[in-house]
Amino acid sequence: MLSPQQATERVAASVGARYRRERRFQMYGKLAIGSALVFLVLFMANILQKGIPGFFQHYVTLEVDLDRELLDPMGDASVDSLFAGNPRRVMQLAIYEATGAESRADQRAAFKLVSTGATNRLRDMILEDPSILGTRMSIQFAVDDDADSYLRGFITKATEERRRRVKDNQMDMIDRLQAEGRIEYKLSDYIFTGSDSRNPELAGIKGAVIGSLLTLAVCLSLAFPIGVAAAVYLEEFAPKNRITDVIEVNINNLAAVPSVVYGILGAAVFINVFGFQRSWPIVGGFVLALMTLPTIIISSRAALKAVPPSIRDAALGMGASRVQVVTHHVLPLALPGMLTGTIIGMAQALGETAPLLMIGMVAFVVDAPSGIFSPSTALPVQIYMWADSAERMFVAKTSAAIIALLSFLVVMNAAAVVLRKKFERRW
Amino acid sequence: MPTNLVLLVLLALAVTYFVLGRRAILSQGQRASGIRSMHSLPHYYGVWAGVAALLPALVLMVLWIGLEDSILRALVASYFPAERPENFIEDVFFTQIKNVAQGNVVGTPPEWVMQAAGAWAGFERSSQNLMSAAVLGTCAVLGFFAYKQVGLEFRARNAVENVIMAVLVACSIVAILTTVGIVFSVLFESIKFFGMVSPMEFFFGLDWIPKANFGENADSGESAYGAIPLFAGTALISAIALIVAVPTGLFSAIFLSEYAGPRLRAIVKPLMEILAGIPTVVYGFFAALTVAPLFKDLFASVGMSASSESALAAGVVMGVMIIPFVSSLSDDVINAVPQSLRDAAYGLGSTKSEAIRQVILPAALPGIVGAILLAVSRAVGETMIVVMAAGLAANLTANPLEAVTTVTSQIVTILKGDQSFNSPMTLSAFALALTLITVTLALNVLAIRIVKKYREQYD
Repeated sequence: MLSPQQATERVAASVGARYRRERRFQMYGKLAIGSALVFLVLFMANILQKGIPGFFQHYVTLEVDLDRELLDPMGDASVDSLFAGNPRRVMQLAIYEATGAESRADQRAAFKLVSTGATNRLRDMILEDPSILGTRMSIQFAVDDDADSYLRGFITKATEERRRRVKDNQMDMIDRLQAEGRIEYKLSDYIFTGSDSRNPELAGIKGAVIGSLLTLAVCLSLAFPIGVAAAVYLEEFAPKNRITDVIEVNINNLAAVPSVVYGILGAAVFINVFGFQRSWPIVGGFVLALMTLPTIIISSRAALKAVPPSIRDAALGMGASRVQVVTHHVLPLALPGMLTGTIIGMAQALGETAPLLMIGMVAFVVDAPSGIFSPSTALPVQIYMWADSAERMFVAKTSAAIIALLSFLVVMNAAAVVLRKKFERRW
Repeated sequence: MPTNLVLLVLLALAVTYFVLGRRAILSQGQRASGIRSMHSLPHYYGVWAGVAALLPALVLMVLWIGLEDSILRALVASYFPAERPENFIEDVFFTQIKNVAQGNVVGTPPEWVMQAAGAWAGFERSSQNLMSAAVLGTCAVLGFFAYKQVGLEFRARNAVENVIMAVLVACSIVAILTTVGIVFSVLFESIKFFGMVSPMEFFFGLDWIPKANFGENADSGESAYGAIPLFAGTALISAIALIVAVPTGLFSAIFLSEYAGPRLRAIVKPLMEILAGIPTVVYGFFAALTVAPLFKDLFASVGMSASSESALAAGVVMGVMIIPFVSSLSDDVINAVPQSLRDAAYGLGSTKSEAIRQVILPAALPGIVGAILLAVSRAVGETMIVVMAAGLAANLTANPLEAVTTVTSQIVTILKGDQSFNSPMTLSAFALALTLITVTLALNVLAIRIVKKYREQYD
């Protein structure tokens, strides 16, 4: 047995060590939070640093002779006539003039400096304003992605010539064009107006964004009503019995099913049984709706639970039927909470990639989709596809698309926070 | 009639019945002693007539459109040649038939395809006409009967409420249907697969060499479907992820719930949640393009060679993704420990960390274990990070610096293409999916059990 005095001494002697241990323990906690936050900051900085250049690209200004006979052989400036024309030749003449290329090899090299999208740009300009035919104009064209890589410093002369995609003579031409002030680095107009393309300089996110929005619209219009209805039934009406239990366990389990499995379900049911075609936004919407349903049901039930029973009792006491109690009183009070949950579910759906890969939304789609029954891709899938591409320029475009995706998510989550702040009620 | 027009007419009819029903009860009520003589409020009578006109017709329409394709296929199947060449894929020809029927003739399809396409177009047209007639007929007839029911004695509110209840129940059943759909969509194909490859080979085989054995994509050589390398790869990456996520998440949760003041909490918690909101494809990109090269250089500088697609990079990034998941679940569990336990520990003279380590954590342990199990299930099912960062090489290795592949990334790789035929390679993805579902569900059920059991101790 220790005497009280001995015990006190022993405790006093150990206090220093115990407080040190206390501080160390606290430091572990700070370290854990710190490392998570440091990762977040590094991650964001990395994406921004890679992605901001993706919104910009180099343009070259060329003096173009808009030769009437070459561009508009039928002479009526119609679409048919313009497509029968030879804008390629017009571009060649302009680029030869600007670079002073004379030998055939030089000419070929020079023509490769300008993006292949240049001829389309000429055609679009003439369609918009036929009166420019026959004049001489200076027009800005996107630079080809290889030349752009050189201008950004990704390719240098230090590399052996046959190992790089920009040759010495091309580099000299670019340097000369730059010295003449013909090359400008500015906000890309393709990133927002273009869709997928094999040429990185022409690729944009418009098609993917529209595809994502269509998919999300289908998803929302299915998942929200079904989710809310299921939540209302389970929370307000369902009798306590085996079937209800089964449904509840089911919903909890569905929330844990990996998303890629929903893709397999979508492929099996909507494509094989219902005969929808692969890569339609409606199929993507269905799949994402099934996937977000558990999230919406669970959060809607929480919102319904938060409405105090006194409100139901009061309404019942005034003679309302049970359905009227719910539709007139409980539902309006729980709606903000349900909407918050739904927005979070939609944000989840917007970022989801794996199930969309399973239902073929990975197709290479050049045009923006025209509706929920036309082939389409989605923003996260576009990111995945570009991340797979070999061209250096796609890294920047991928990061730019990521920035766009993250901005959508930030807006959605901010909306959820505002909604919660504005309508949150403590009873 | 095109489908959109049918839908519009349907809606118009339903609205008409709503107006008619409401008007009928109002005029009847006026002849009696006003609104008091009705059983329900006037609009319930209108809604009853409108809903009776709309809902069954709408259900019929959706079913018709959903099943049309399968039925047309069955009808047109008689045009297929009796003698089928080897590697005959029905789906390819159905697509061709559909295209020709729509007028997109590419190349010169065989004669029977042209005939089938003609028949298809005919069937499609008559199906469309039949559908319009059936849907609008149902709408008109049922709406009329409901309208005839309208009377002062008719309990319209109860009838409408019954319909509402039925709709609510139907919506709840979607959850069950989804489960059934998931099970069936992988089960049959898996059974087919196990008919070709024995389960013994699949679950215990050490070599994973899937080969497309069809058409132009046919690979030469033997294929093998031993999934152990995939299971090992999944386990390796999940283990790395948990080594990152569990300590970080747990200590964050402890610090936030026991030490941090409300203001710090209000700032840090949402910041941690951001990590959970970042799409996995973005993490995958980050892992593949930033973290993996970083590790490669790092290990090269100490003389070890890391593959450019390493399990380590995928695992670490996945771990970061799971941190907020672990921390918010643990936070809930720690907060659920009754204050009286803390007070008792402090009263006996323990420091804060002693109270946490010796009282709170043991009390919260079952819940924390549940949270970790859920995190494992997350890690096992995670797809995009491993697809983009872990590679496709089915190496059986415990070295985190080498490339490994996982169950999910194999599923994506195999099913991403346009393969809808019965090669063992395609089917193997379904067997993998079945395994994946079973494992994640088991983990989930186990976790929920443990958490529930724990809760009963204090409530």
